Formats: sequence, structure tokens, C-alpha cells
Amino acid sequence: MIPAERYRTDVENQWCPGCPNFGIQAALKRALGTLDLPPHRVCLVSGIGQAAKMPHYVAAHVFNGLHGRAIPAATAIQIAHPGLKTIVTSGDGCIYGEGGNHLLHAFRRNPDITVLVHDNQIYALTKGQGSPTTRRGEKTRMQFDGVRSDPAQMLATAIVHGCTFVARGFAGDIDGLARILSKALSHRGLSLVDILQPCITWGNHPVAWYRERAIPIPEDHNPADRNRAIDFALEEPDRFPIGILYETESRETFADRDPGGETPMFERPPMDRRVLDARLSRLIVQRDRGLEKGS
Amino acid sequence: MSDLSIFIVGAAGEGIQTIGDIVAHALLKSGIAVFTSKEYESRIRGGHNSYRLRVSGPNAPRHDADVLLALNPSAFEHYRSSARPGATLIGELSDDEEGLSLHFQAMAKETFGSTIFANTLAAGALNAVVHLSPDVVQSVVEKRLSKLSDEVIQQNVRAIRMGFEAASKKLEPESGTALSATREDHVFASVHEIIPLAAAAAGCRFMAAYPMSPSTGIMTAFARDPELGVFVEQAEDEIAAINMSLAASAAGARAMTATSGGGFALMTEGLSLAGMTETPLVLVLAQRPGPATGLPTRTAQEDLSFALYGGHGEFPRAILAPADPQDAARLTYRAFDLADRYQIPVILLTDQLLADAHFSLDALTLPSEPPPSGLADPSAFETYERYRWTSDGVSPRLALGQSEHLVCIDSDEHTEAGHITEDLVETRPAMVEKRLEKLRRLQQEMASPEPYRVEDAVTVLLSWGSSRGAVHEAVDRCRDRGLRAGAMHFTELWPLPEMEPSEGVSYWTVEGNATGQFARLLRAETSFPLTGRMDLYDGLPIDAASIVAVLLGEEEEARP
Repeated sequence: MIPAERYRTDVENQWCPGCPNFGIQAALKRALGTLDLPPHRVCLVSGIGQAAKMPHYVAAHVFNGLHGRAIPAATAIQIAHPGLKTIVTSGDGCIYGEGGNHLLHAFRRNPDITVLVHDNQIYALTKGQGSPTTRRGEKTRMQFDGVRSDPAQMLATAIVHGCTFVARGFAGDIDGLARILSKALSHRGLSLVDILQPCITWGNHPVAWYRERAIPIPEDHNPADRNRAIDFALEEPDRFPIGILYETESRETFADRDPGGETPMFERPPMDRRVLDARLSRLIVQRDRGLEKGS
Repeated sequence: MSDLSIFIVGAAGEGIQTIGDIVAHALLKSGIAVFTSKEYESRIRGGHNSYRLRVSGPNAPRHDADVLLALNPSAFEHYRSSARPGATLIGELSDDEEGLSLHFQAMAKETFGSTIFANTLAAGALNAVVHLSPDVVQSVVEKRLSKLSDEVIQQNVRAIRMGFEAASKKLEPESGTALSATREDHVFASVHEIIPLAAAAAGCRFMAAYPMSPSTGIMTAFARDPELGVFVEQAEDEIAAINMSLAASAAGARAMTATSGGGFALMTEGLSLAGMTETPLVLVLAQRPGPATGLPTRTAQEDLSFALYGGHGEFPRAILAPADPQDAARLTYRAFDLADRYQIPVILLTDQLLADAHFSLDALTLPSEPPPSGLADPSAFETYERYRWTSDGVSPRLALGQSEHLVCIDSDEHTEAGHITEDLVETRPAMVEKRLEKLRRLQQEMASPEPYRVEDAVTVLLSWGSSRGAVHEAVDRCRDRGLRAGAMHFTELWPLPEMEPSEGVSYWTVEGNATGQFARLLRAETSFPLTGRMDLYDGLPIDAASIVAVLLGEEEEARP
């Protein structure tokens, strides 16, 4: 057990005072501590947005890249350095919107990474436009007459596409979220955790609205039961079942494709020079005088 | 006889590539140099396509044919105007043409009961025209088919002999072309075949890319050959491709990606990320004519400006442009080295000609060791900051997870520690200067253009990338005609080194685009007085005849 203090950074925090992102931060530190993952064994990867600033506020290696592109970056970091616990922390706009295509293909690839989606159902850093998870009809600072598209059903989509760990947490329940994150981080393969994170500045609903709809998944639910998991996922946007919806470890992970195994790529020995010489010799065509005089 | 141009023409799927490969290898086995190139439409079946062999000539394309072998009458009609007066015409000719009219499909059907032997018949016939021994061709075919049954091999051998005899019978004695051997061994390779080998030699470990002509062969080379030790992933799009490659590099793996213009358009935000995060990255940009989808299977040098200026914000980069496989070996290695030492993206500019054309070379060497690792020794630091100020702008680089020193890499403007900053007074200007200082240092080690016959030249051609063979040939041909021409060819395009033009010389640019992108770069960055521009943008590779025609003020020879 590593104390939360070890993950502290002295970087000035830019979140709004009282933002539920602080709850996610606390839960993540606790989960990392529970799993005895010291900062130098962890790489936090993010895109752009308020949620994507999290890596600056938790001591770990950091790759804070481009909007929407955290998942391809994390996928590659994990394969290049399998010894790192690689975690994406970004918002619903970044992961479901700008980066939606990458998420879809991450389901197929099954990289051994954890993706935390700070789902506040709004674009906060750009001051209040609709996000892929904003509910139909809700008014925003862009959709003045209400959003006219349906919210994305990303957890159901994840299960249908074979994502090997699908969960939902609530930023207002740090203990419960820390338990879910511990399980997500222990999972071998892609783990997706959608975290309800009420936006206290631009959001359409107060924290209490989320608390009423954040219903724990019944204890008798077997996470291997795919059909029931999809049923739980499809209860949104009216109710948000909290907990592990789906889990399987039956699939090959992305790293299983790499014959280099656990050794970081930068520590692998140079390639065998004889392999290169053999490839070059294949390109040489020798004159064959014996054949030239033929019939 | 030297410098023979052979066109094998037909529809996609008819097997011009097979025939061309057989004949090329038969020539090489006879000690005769050959340069081959492909010119084809973007389709899987049908259309008009040519496989071109330039025998005993320079490694450069020719757009006229001394021998035209047609696999169907429509292709013959299409390429008829490429044949020089007195050219040997073989195969499916128009009714009124004089030549070696041979119906390979009908012959194959009649003798073997299947048209699949038509290609081998055609290869045999072509070898009669160039007076190669059928034994050489037979050995090439046997080797190609070695995995098939003896029966199939024997049938193909019969087809070779039959094609050879059918053509021999119709050839006038003393006609055709006797070629003489030039060398015992030839290295026969394309630039895109060498880039993956050189990348592996340089210690590349990771590549993510999205298929796009003409770059695709580079990623498939790694996939086909796992012993090269490069983990290759087919990304869902070019955006993922560059972000994966860049992040793998941040985690310490030498990494590359490859694409063409349209894919590069999607990659430019990632390119800018490499600039901001100071992450080494090698990117092959294989050009084809645009804009948009353009001509997917043709060639161009249209993306120089895009390679120079693609990506938002200001950051250093290097651009290298090989002209042949030996350049590719050297410059690929150099690309990884520069990327690591300066912590920048390095672009290798190639094109469809370099993807498909095979060169005959005396030898080809790869450096024996990878360039030194660009990663620092973690034990050298008590505390570590990824973007620490240094006099040359290059901060000691640790990879993510390399040690207990935490590494913070950020796309925002950042502090020395790598964290987001809005300090406009000190940090922002200092970080801008740090990044640009690397460009100033890099410029000091960029190679000068390669001179060719410039000593007494009054007209000097300035060229870059794939056109070198054609430009040198054009210089030679101009000199044969009394014009003292010379050339300076650039394989290192950005940053341009300091250069001084010679007095009294008339400088001409030669490049494969319509707007003189390289000319514009030279005007902006150097004091070269340009007399004129030769802009060639028809989708075919630059050839000597087109250059000579402009310099000597003659009609350009017809292109198909």
C-alpha cells in the first residue's frame, strides 16, 4: 500500500474549486496505492480538456498529447514499454467525440491499458457546448434550442465490440470508484471506465441529480453475462448502473502479438546483423556464364 | 548496343509485371544492367499499363520504346506512339502493323489448354528479341516457380522455349538487339525495398501506418519479415498512425511511419506534436500527384512545400530526399540519427517512381551499427526535467519509464519540467528559442548539393529527389550536343545549408510540380539567381528527353 501523498505533484491545479475531478483524482491515487504501483511504474496519458490535465496532478510519467489521440498514444506506449501501467484519463469529448474512432479500434485491438472517461456530458473547457453524451433536448451554449442528436451509448457499444472490461463509476463516491479502478487496473486487456463527473460550472444537472440516478449494479450480477451487461448499459440515460458491467479475459491482448515480450523496446539488443546481410544478398543477382551460351 | 528501352504493355491482371520480372532477372543473370519502372492505372483489372525496362542504360526512365511488346490490341494502340521509328513490335498488334505478330493467348490455349501460359510464352519471345539464351530465362522461371509441381515447371519451360522459337522464326537474321554484359554482380533494388532494411539496421523498433499508395510497401515489408524486429501495426487512420509512432518513440523505441500526401494531411497535427514535445520521429512521405485523391498510382514532386510547412506553429524539422537505393540506405539511417540527436521529426521524401522502380547498382552497403542511442543515462541526474535549458537547445532525453526519474511530455507550452505553463514573460520565449536553436545547429551539418560536371558549366540544373538519374543523363546529352551543362542535386532539402552560386552561370530548377516549389524555396533561402524553371507535372517520372528539349529549345518527344 503506497500512501496517496507519494502521488502528489506541486503543479498548480487549474480545475474549478469543488470539481468532481478531484474525486476521480483521489480515487485514482488510492487505487494505485492499493496495487502498490509506484509513480515511476505508471504512465498517465491524456488528450485535451479539463479532465486531460489530470496527469499533471498525479505523480507518474506523463504523455499529455493531442485532443482525441490519447488512446493510440497509450496503445503504443504500452507495447513499447510493457512494464508501465498505462492509463488514459480524458473527457467524453476527447475519447467519445474527437477520438471515437480510436476507441472503436481499441476494442478490437485489446491493448493492456485502462481508459478513464471523465464523463460530464458537456464540453467544459470550451465553455458549454454539447458533448456526445449530452441528452437529447438539453439546452447548451451551442445548442440553444436543445441538443437534437441522441447521446452515444458507449458502454453498450464497448460490450458489443468485445471490450474486455467495461465499468461505470461515480466521481461523487470515491470509495466505490477506487474499488472499481483497482479492478480495472488489475484487468489484463482493455478496461474502460466511464465515470459520471458532474460539471459544476457548465453542466445541466446538479450533483444530486447524478446521485439519484447512480444505482449500484445488483451484487448477483455475473460480469461474464454479456447480455445482462448490455441491458444494464442500455438503462442510460435514465439510470446509470454503477459497478462492473462486463469482464472477460478470454481474448488475446495487443501485447501478445509482440514476440519481444516484457522487455522495453529500448532495452532490446540490436538486431542480428546476419539477418540484414541475408536480406541484402537476396537483392544481388549474379551473372551465370554457364547458361549464356545455351541453345 | 547499349541503352535499349523495352515497354511491356497490357491490361492490369494480364501479367506484364511477371513478364517484366522474368526478363529483368534474365538480363541481370547475363551480367546486363537493367532499370525497370511501372506506369499503371489505379484499378485491379483492365486499363492500360506498362512495365518498362531500360537495358544497359542509366538508372533513369525513358518515355520512348525501342521494343514494344503488347498483350492486347487496345494496349498496343494506346502505346503505339511511344515506339520509336524502326522499333521492334511484338505480340497482339493491329492488323496493319508490320512486326512480330504473335497471339500468346491463342498459342497457350492451343498448346497447353490454358491461357495462363501466355505470359511465359511472351517472356520467351521477348528474350529472343534481346538475344538472351533461353537457358537463362529457363533458370529464372524455374527459380520463380520452385514451389510448384514439376509438371507445372516443365510446362512453363516448354512455353519459354515455344515463345522463344516463335519469335526467332519471325525475326530477320541479324535483327533484334545483341547486348553485352557489363558486370558480374548487380544489386537490383527499389528505394522502398531498402528503406525498411535501413530502418531496421538503424534500430527502428516500431512502425504504425495506414495503407496508402505509393507508401504501403514499407509497412508490408516489416509485416512480411518479422526477423527485422520491427513491431508493425496497421492503424485505423493516419492520425492514429502518427500518434502511435510518436508515443512509442516517447517510450524509447526508435519509431517511424509512412504515408502519401493525403495521409500526411491527417498527420500534420501529430507532426506539430513531435515538434512541441521534441520527440524523435521518422516519417516517409511518398509523393503522388494531388490535390485530393489525384492520381493514386502516378508520380510527382508536389509535396515539398507541404513537407516544409505542414503542421501548425513553428518547430524544427529535417527533410531528406533520396534519389536511389544507396541514398535510401544512407539517408534512412541519417534520418533516425538526426531525429534522435535533435529530438525532431525527420521527413524522408520519396515518390511512386522510387517505390516501384528497380535500380541496378554495383553495390549497396548499410552501416554496421545503429546510430548511438539518443537516450541519456538516468544515473547522470539527481533530479530530472525533460525540457531543461541547454546551450544547443537539446535537453537530455529520458524515455517514459526508463528509470525512476519521472518524464513529463506535454503538447501544451510547458516548463522545463514539462508541465503546462502560461508564463509569457520568461518560459514561452525561452522555449520558442530553445526549439529554434536546434534548427540553427542542424543547418550547420546539412549536406551541400552534389555537383555533377559543373567545373566548366554555363548552365547548371538544380534538382532534388528522384530525378537525379534523368538530370545527369540530360547533362551528358546536352554536352554531346555542345551545351556545357552541369547539375547540382539536392538530397538534403531542409534546412538548406549555406551556399554560394557561381558567377556567370545560368541556373535552372528541374522538378515534378507545376508551381516551382523548390525554386521558391531557393529564392527564399539562398542567393541563387534562377534563369528558368522546368516544371514537369504530367504524372510521369522526370526523364532526360524532357529536360534536353527545354534546354536546347526543341519539341519534346511525345509521351503516351
